[in-house]
Amino acid sequence: MKTAQDIFNTLKEKFSDSIIELISSQPVESFITVNPLEINKVCLFLRDNEELLFDNLMNLSGVDDANGKTIPDGDSGTKIEGGTLSVYYHIESTKLKHKLTLKTSSSRENPEVVSVEQVWRHADWHEREAYDLFGINFLNHPDLRRILMPYDWEFGFPLRKDYKNPEFYQGMKVPN
Amino acid sequence: MAIEIENNIAANTGLKTEHMILNMGPQHPSTHGVLRLELELEGEIIKKVTPHIGYLHRCFEKHAEAMSYPQVVPYVDRMDYLASMYNEFGYAIAVEKLLGIQVPERVEYIRVIMGEFQRIASHLVALGTYGADIGAVTPFLFCFRDREKILSLFEMTCGARLLYNYIWPGGVSHDLHPDFIRQAKEFIPYFRPKIKELNDLLSYNKIFIDRTANVGILPLETAINYGISGPNLRASGFKWDLRKDDTYSIYNKFDFDIPVGKGLKGTVGDCWDRYFVRVLEMEESLKIIEQALDQIPEGDVTSAIPKRIKPPVGQVYSRVENPRGELGYFIMSNGSLNPFRVKARGPSFVHLGIMNELCKGHMVADIIAILGSIDIVLGEVDR
Repeated sequence: MKTAQDIFNTLKEKFSDSIIELISSQPVESFITVNPLEINKVCLFLRDNEELLFDNLMNLSGVDDANGKTIPDGDSGTKIEGGTLSVYYHIESTKLKHKLTLKTSSSRENPEVVSVEQVWRHADWHEREAYDLFGINFLNHPDLRRILMPYDWEFGFPLRKDYKNPEFYQGMKVPN
Repeated sequence: MAIEIENNIAANTGLKTEHMILNMGPQHPSTHGVLRLELELEGEIIKKVTPHIGYLHRCFEKHAEAMSYPQVVPYVDRMDYLASMYNEFGYAIAVEKLLGIQVPERVEYIRVIMGEFQRIASHLVALGTYGADIGAVTPFLFCFRDREKILSLFEMTCGARLLYNYIWPGGVSHDLHPDFIRQAKEFIPYFRPKIKELNDLLSYNKIFIDRTANVGILPLETAINYGISGPNLRASGFKWDLRKDDTYSIYNKFDFDIPVGKGLKGTVGDCWDRYFVRVLEMEESLKIIEQALDQIPEGDVTSAIPKRIKPPVGQVYSRVENPRGELGYFIMSNGSLNPFRVKARGPSFVHLGIMNELCKGHMVADIIAILGSIDIVLGEVDR
């Protein structure tokens, strides 16, 4: 049983620059922010280290932070420019019974995060979902395609805060 | 052997053999909803299964961002429509964590009673339809007969039989009907012998065992790596139940066991184990309900419901043991009346991801047995 602070210290020692900070202000659950291009190495270490043994990925979810500038899109609506998209990883150890939250952020224009599918197979579909709904690109993912939306959906990523419904999809009017 | 035959044909005739792609679904009685499986076959042997989902996608997560916190509850009902009470239970706990409020003890008891009744009702559908998939239609009718009784109890409590909108953040919408406790207590001695009846009819039926034992074996390591939870994980021999291992509400007050798969008819983690763990779980749920009905205190059930839910900025991941496994809610608040982000991590979505691993090398007919044994609800897969 380790606290987030202990784990943060261990990780900081091992990975130095890829581990950015530990945020533990209440009532927010404490989480560790990690460099998106190193997340797979950090996760592999967390899974295999004998004192940590994070064998179970409970949940992986994409989030649109909506922290960019809102500007008019030239078509009576608005869009968000700049800012970040984040991915949250909730992991636990079924043997040692401790939990941890990791967060990684990448730019909205070019959101790239390394896949953790090779660490926990469970991440496969969750990453596909985050790609489908947020457009986060998971590098090294073996099968990154849409999962909930139709395969031929070309009107953007629905869970982004500035998403707009298309008027027509395959000749059918999209209701508002 | 198949490869040998293939090589022989190729050598003798100069003809090339190739794998066949077969489409199963989206409308197929055994897929329990609209699910399409793309099967790659070599003769009758399955080489690869690719599930295609999204036919029921209703954008729950997008809707939730446009609603206030209490307005999300009816949407949550419609995810896993066979276990609506438990979906609400999980959502209410997550929002309460975000708000940092405690609910009255009577509310906790009501929630546990409803949750466990829901578990029995959900397992009855799972077991009944599983039998029907495999060819035994009678147990299906028996299971639905008993499930009706539970649905009547729910109807008495909140007026709805399937989608309740009953458990709200901070409490429940109504107190129990004055006659509820008596009728619920009557149900327990009625239902106990029915489990034995189900065992005689289906569990120990020779044909049923032949179809399910040693089929679709799920080793424990693979199960954890794929994030499998709930009865499917326990069937692989791992004693892991969030009600005990990451306890919530008042589950630590009750005395109950966690049944695990033992490989009684075949190997640990086969279809029969996954089926039988659910049968045993129903008995444990009865134990919990029995204790809860005896101990339930008097009190007000709506006093803790906040007039306006406006949590502080923050985020929470909270999970409960749904009849199908780990149901988690990841909720982010930006301090306004609407949630900033709600993600539901449904067990069915996760479990469907293992289909390819389980089906590889089996016969086509086994797909039905395997899909039925992992017990998915497509409403939750697609959300």
